[in-house]
Amino acid sequence: MTSTFLGMPHAPRGVGQLRGDEPFPAAAHKALADRQLRRNLGHATATIRGKRARAVAELADWEQLRQAGEAIKAATMARLDEHLLSLEAAVTARGGHVHWARDAVEANRIVTDLVRATGATEVVKVKSMATQEIGLNEALAAAGITAVETDLAELIVQLGHDKPSHILVPAIHRNRTEIRDIFLRHMPGVDPDLTDEPRRLAMAARAHLRAKFLTAKVAVSGANFAVAETGTVTVVESEGNGRMCLTLPDTLITVMGIEKVVPTWTDLEVFLQLLPRSSTGERMNPYTSTWTGVTAGDGPQEFHLVLLDNGRTAVLADSAGRSALHCIRCSACLNVCPVYERTGGHAYGSVYPGPIGAILSPQLTGIEDNASLPYASSLCGACYDVCPVRIDIPSILVHLRGEHVEARERGLLPSAEGLAMAVAAWAMAAPRRFRFAERLLRLGRLLGRSGRIRRLPPPLSAWTAARDLPAPPAQTFRQWWRTRPGDGTR
Amino acid sequence: MRVALFATCLADAMFPHAARATVTLLERLGHDVAFPAAQTCCGQMHINTGYRRQARNLVRHHTDVFEAYDAIVAPSGSCVGSVRHQHTAIARDAGDQRLAARAAQLATRTWELSEFLIDVLGVEDVGAHFPHRVTYHPTCHSLRMLRVGDKPLRLLRAVRGIDLVELPAAEQCCGFGGTFALKNADTSAAMLADKTGHILATGAAVVTAGDASCLMHIGGGLSRLESGVRPLHLAEILAATDRSRP
Amino acid sequence: MSARDEILNRIRTANGPTPAAVPIPRDYATTGAYATGAPELLDLLADRLHDYRAAVHRCTPDELAATLAELTRGWRVAVPEPLTVPGAVPDRPTLSHADLDGVDAVLTGCAAACADTGTIVLDAGAGQGRRALTLIPDRHVCVIHAEQVVQTVPELLRRLDPSRPLTLISGPSATSDIELDRVEGVHGPRTLIVVIVDGGVPAGPIVSTGSRG
Repeated sequence: MTSTFLGMPHAPRGVGQLRGDEPFPAAAHKALADRQLRRNLGHATATIRGKRARAVAELADWEQLRQAGEAIKAATMARLDEHLLSLEAAVTARGGHVHWARDAVEANRIVTDLVRATGATEVVKVKSMATQEIGLNEALAAAGITAVETDLAELIVQLGHDKPSHILVPAIHRNRTEIRDIFLRHMPGVDPDLTDEPRRLAMAARAHLRAKFLTAKVAVSGANFAVAETGTVTVVESEGNGRMCLTLPDTLITVMGIEKVVPTWTDLEVFLQLLPRSSTGERMNPYTSTWTGVTAGDGPQEFHLVLLDNGRTAVLADSAGRSALHCIRCSACLNVCPVYERTGGHAYGSVYPGPIGAILSPQLTGIEDNASLPYASSLCGACYDVCPVRIDIPSILVHLRGEHVEARERGLLPSAEGLAMAVAAWAMAAPRRFRFAERLLRLGRLLGRSGRIRRLPPPLSAWTAARDLPAPPAQTFRQWWRTRPGDGTR
Repeated sequence: MRVALFATCLADAMFPHAARATVTLLERLGHDVAFPAAQTCCGQMHINTGYRRQARNLVRHHTDVFEAYDAIVAPSGSCVGSVRHQHTAIARDAGDQRLAARAAQLATRTWELSEFLIDVLGVEDVGAHFPHRVTYHPTCHSLRMLRVGDKPLRLLRAVRGIDLVELPAAEQCCGFGGTFALKNADTSAAMLADKTGHILATGAAVVTAGDASCLMHIGGGLSRLESGVRPLHLAEILAATDRSRP
Repeated sequence: MSARDEILNRIRTANGPTPAAVPIPRDYATTGAYATGAPELLDLLADRLHDYRAAVHRCTPDELAATLAELTRGWRVAVPEPLTVPGAVPDRPTLSHADLDGVDAVLTGCAAACADTGTIVLDAGAGQGRRALTLIPDRHVCVIHAEQVVQTVPELLRRLDPSRPLTLISGPSATSDIELDRVEGVHGPRTLIVVIVDGGVPAGPIVSTGSRG
């Protein structure tokens, strides 16, 4: 029996970005009608799928690495309390400060207070899923502190007053021309002759952020990994904005989900192979920074590590769904997902889109707040095949559908679907009732013309909106079987 | 070997030719095929839609019906996928360890058609004749749950007269996904549009696959487009000879 | 109850009193086909670096000084301690961010390199300097000695001391944020020039490239 402990708190409502404004099918309906979005996503995901496949094919031991990655994560979760305590001890011993945050509200308060204590009114930020999840930028803004996103895609999103739509490339829904237009409209001091050549756009971002990097007093980052035995925190990036934020300011505040801890330094040899090849399709990303507490004369002299729960322990409590916590945020599952490729990330409503988002967001918030997400998949299984830590996303999707159905059944009114499913299960559990149902189905022949049905009443009209249905055959298989010579029941 | 046909509820009720072709083919290869008449449904649709409690009785019934046979063959990757990868867990979740053990045993003897032909019977050339241009869609569950790999293609390549053409982006889902096609009908339709586009680009007269469900979806799209491309189950092509055509 | 105790309690409740031990299979490759510094590794490293748009030069220890002089001709070059290069700007006393922004290049050694991935590691040891030094200047000239080159990522990490601030560098800074096409040169040094030194015991000014602090 899978066990969800009642009372394990989920991520609170009203803060952060884990919940959408509308169910997935409604949001997807709008996204599907956006031709530009469809073209941008189709182009970008096809590009990255090819790059990933080539980078992965270079490693003969890829499957062994995946198995090691899966096992390291499972072993870590089984003793998460011990690993977090050793991480805390190691970071503290090296001059860092460790803070614990039960949820988004508490984490935002901790970071805001830390920034306030420095007197700074502006912070530079390294792209971080955890801080987006908790809505840190909005919390800082409410306290009069400006958070400047420094990752190129995050900058595009921030300048365009947009929302991220991909874990790795939050502006994947924008093409080069749209990005140029955003820069021209919203980037102070931008060259009015800016073209849409990607190199020129990257240079514009460099010029825009350079002064901020050189003068910033406080940086906020996430973490890809934190090593429990040594207290070493790791950020994996490409542009050098991470290095700027992690090196130049006086104060560094890192917010990380408690699941990001890994037990040993040696474990990184697995993840630093799995992550870049799965993520950007590179043998290694341009820059990986690691730091352990504070180093005299080198980098920030104040280091704060904020350990965030925000629903993660609720995920951990569900033995059938907890491996969603193993995710290393590579986004390979988004890039291969036929649903994501067509709807984009905004349709998922959460900062975690795509297949991993469809299992992580509902678990972090509780199923009732993201009830449509586990159904936003055809269960084709492409996500499981590419996942570098072998998260069986399709099985967890099915599990969460079960949780949702059972939560609804505990409510007062049975749904029409639930009733239909119950009737079907009853009919199919006995051969005689099944044969009767088949005979009823054959009434469907009345709806058909030249062997096909073109229109059905709701809810089956969803099918016939885009597809025909063959009319039921004149004779079922079992009827044909009985007409065969000899013992028809053999 | 006592071979039982697990026709699947969908093929039984809606696509009897796929199940009939499976019988014809196996008998032509010299096997005695039984059809346990008490069979109904494996419960996959219930499980995948979240109705695992309602699926328990179906899992028990399926196990009762097929347990006596040495090999169980189904013309469906996804139904075999459910038996092999879901039934044990459903029984275990229900707290029925005995049923879980029986389901696990049955799973080891349950085969998708192409697996049965190649892995169990060791045959690639089944003596079929089908002089048409055909393209093959590898259904998601046969590909990624069962890992049938190129087995269906090896069987098709051995068919006399066939003009087998490669389907572009073959491994992308057609958008069926059971109740996904109803719950997320727009997204499903968008996926289907790409799949039918790729099929039409091949110039094939026939699209084939190992699952009647996916073929119902793809065929429904092709029919709506008035394309004239015929969906045929893999079994129907493999059962065809120069005297009997589907 | 403190947040710390509450979160730890939640974890313990979620995991139950006796979480199962999970064995970790480590049958992935840890060593490569070639020994440290083997000529094949240097070729592979050069190829990988080139693939990610780093400029690669190769020379013998005797040729190093001339090679560096040629590469940096006409540039104001910052150097970390204890390097003493004629005409270079030493990072002593510590150069300001603005100073570093004003030099044309920085010249350093490295702690180790990985051929499979084309990765160079700086560990802030002698001849590498603090992290800002190799970050702000627009060009980074990095000298790698053959005996620092290993083949695989596991070999690389096992050579490193995690208590030091580490920077793994694989090519110049880059972004894939526009249509997932890779563009080199964003915030980090836009030009990465690597000099691979091979042939006998290294001599000259760039000797101290190890992890000694």
